[in-house]
Amino acid sequence: MLTIVGFGQSWNVALAIFNLCLISAVMSMGLNMQWGYAGLFNAGIMASTAIGGLTAMLISYSPVTKAWSVGGTSLSAALISLLLTIVAGILVWKKMAKGSKRSWSMTAVVLIGYAFIRFFYEEATFAIEAVDPAKTGFLGGLGLPILFSWLAGGLAAAGLAWLIGRIALGLRSDYFAIATLGISEIMISILKNEDWLSRGVKNVTGLARPVPYEVDLQQAEWFKNLVQWFYGTADDGSAVSADIMREAMQLSAGVFVKLCYSALFVTVVLIILGLATRALNSPWGRMMRAIRDNETAASAMGKDITSRHRQVFIIGSAVIGISGAMLTTLDGQFTPGSYIPLRFTFLIWVMVIIGGSGNNLGAIIGAFITWFVWIEAEPSALWLVSQINVFLAESNPLRQHLQEVAPHMRMVLMGLIMVLVLRFRPKGILPEEAPDHY
Amino acid sequence: MDYSTDLLNALVLITNYVLIPSISYGSQLALGAVGVTLVFGILRFANFAHGEMMAFGTMATIFITWWFQSMGVSMGVFPTALLALPFAILITTLLAVAIDRSVFSFYRASKSKPVTFVVASVGVMFMLNGLVRILIGTDEIIFRDGQKFLIKAGAFKKMTGLSEGLALKQTQVLTFVLAVIAVLALFWFLQRTRTGKAMRAFSDNEDLALLSGINPELVVMVTWIIAASLATLAGVLYGLDKSFKPMVYFHLLLPIFAAAIVGGIGQPLGAILGGYVVAFSEITATYAFKKFIKYIAPSDFAPEGLTQFLTTEYKFAVSFFILVLVLLVRPTGILRGRVL
Repeated sequence: MLTIVGFGQSWNVALAIFNLCLISAVMSMGLNMQWGYAGLFNAGIMASTAIGGLTAMLISYSPVTKAWSVGGTSLSAALISLLLTIVAGILVWKKMAKGSKRSWSMTAVVLIGYAFIRFFYEEATFAIEAVDPAKTGFLGGLGLPILFSWLAGGLAAAGLAWLIGRIALGLRSDYFAIATLGISEIMISILKNEDWLSRGVKNVTGLARPVPYEVDLQQAEWFKNLVQWFYGTADDGSAVSADIMREAMQLSAGVFVKLCYSALFVTVVLIILGLATRALNSPWGRMMRAIRDNETAASAMGKDITSRHRQVFIIGSAVIGISGAMLTTLDGQFTPGSYIPLRFTFLIWVMVIIGGSGNNLGAIIGAFITWFVWIEAEPSALWLVSQINVFLAESNPLRQHLQEVAPHMRMVLMGLIMVLVLRFRPKGILPEEAPDHY
Repeated sequence: MDYSTDLLNALVLITNYVLIPSISYGSQLALGAVGVTLVFGILRFANFAHGEMMAFGTMATIFITWWFQSMGVSMGVFPTALLALPFAILITTLLAVAIDRSVFSFYRASKSKPVTFVVASVGVMFMLNGLVRILIGTDEIIFRDGQKFLIKAGAFKKMTGLSEGLALKQTQVLTFVLAVIAVLALFWFLQRTRTGKAMRAFSDNEDLALLSGINPELVVMVTWIIAASLATLAGVLYGLDKSFKPMVYFHLLLPIFAAAIVGGIGQPLGAILGGYVVAFSEITATYAFKKFIKYIAPSDFAPEGLTQFLTTEYKFAVSFFILVLVLLVRPTGILRGRVL
């Protein structure tokens, strides 16, 4: 399929789709652990993706020293008051006897703590956001290589998952789904509005890349030689003209950069696939499936359901967090406004359902198919609309309307595919296979 | 100016910015939450497509309203949308029943796990989402007509001589009145009619209900009809009060779920309570109390900031916070609902 796009549209487009397919594959493998192995309905995938992206930004962006110097102290004060409030709260909860007295003390602690946090926090954010707001206005990051953030993104997502798990696990699946959906929405609104941390909707652009830039490539001697070698001779054996050569340079620089990304992503996908398959076939994986299939029986065998669920939830979220960091790396920018649940939560669900829940390879295939359809549905719908429009007059309002709404065709298509697969092939394209060493 | 006028001003301020908006928003949430809770009680799954169903119903209403307006039909001071509402409800119920027949009935027959239903409802959500956007686009649409205000802020100031105005929109009153009527009708139906009793029995104990000869397909169908009607009503009232935007309806899902769970899932009365609890807390937590404190506190004391607990962007964080609190402290909800 991708080859067709490569020849039909351009290799750049094909590789761009391929790279996003790879990232989607990582996401769907993460979800597959949660849903396919353990049967957890996680509707907050977006939260993990976003925190992965945030980490990527924070790791790679160079620190804004001025912002630290003006806002650092009050921000630390806010943090310290937060910690003190939590400690005081825990002390009150543990030490005092149950009753109305404890409730009142608790409320007082929380309110006083809140006032202090709020006071320092507002001072800090005001100062930080005032620092050169057109360019920075936030704290910046650590200035480390962005590749490092893939690991850190996974860890951050794991931390968040631990927190979510503390609150929401142990509830039944529907509640869990709603709770995770809520947390992911809150996560996004924090990213959008806490300008001191993430610049909010003003976005952070120009993140450092792990691969060379196109412009540099076109100057590099070895790359010139490579292109020369590749395109060097025309069909009749003569050297090609300079114009064609320049165009070829531009094209191949784009392709080369994307190939570098692909290589990095393929490595990640393979590593995660290897680990995930091993985990699935290990006694641990067998235990997970046992819990999924019959919680009561597994619990009677002495398995701690909730803590196992938490474990798999954290691991899965970490994988999704890695993919979030990868995505931000690929984009080279962090845009909180672009995180919408349909794209970052429910589309991943379609991938796993189509591919076959419980099967890692299936999750990858599902991710590829789904992402491909998702991207290519738009030009196809536009083409379809233009075919219909042949019969409509230029001024027909229906014609314009159709042109505008054609991209939304893919939503309907996705829903339709999902419902149909769920109905007629509930196990997906590659069904879960029982390991042979039972 | 003496202190009692200050107090009155403070009271009017709160009524205008917190009380009235909360009541109308709460009624809209309550109507949505009753639908969710009924589907949960009877079909036993959380319907993720409910928000989109509201959007669809509202969209149908807008189309019919436009059609009426183009024919010159209107209701004078009332919005034309009210006239279109019954037809839109009819269309939405047909859609809901059709979806149930084509998607959910299969899983019911094969006795699938509740989670499968939820996943299927996500698929339905996708489809409805795309459908609404294809049919009406993604722009913001204001389809309110007729008289806008019952009491205008300026007129109120003149009438009472207070420095704070009180505005009462017609849609706010309409919302409340229609919500009360709908809820009363629903309770009469559930308590007094045969089908309603069958529904409650089915919700309580499915096997026993089947044994006593209750037709499950009828119960399910009626549930969808009620849920779709209430969804349309809630969606239209929300759209009349604010405006119609497909995106917003998706985000309404969270407060609606919160309301249903807070009230005790499977309990229509609880869902209504939950709707108001969520609405009141959302609006109170994001309201800037600066002016209010200025009125009630001694004259020389004025707070520095806006005295807002949370900025307005974190509105739905509030509903979620309540949700978590209830889940931790009293998982069954305010009125004891089904324990999950």
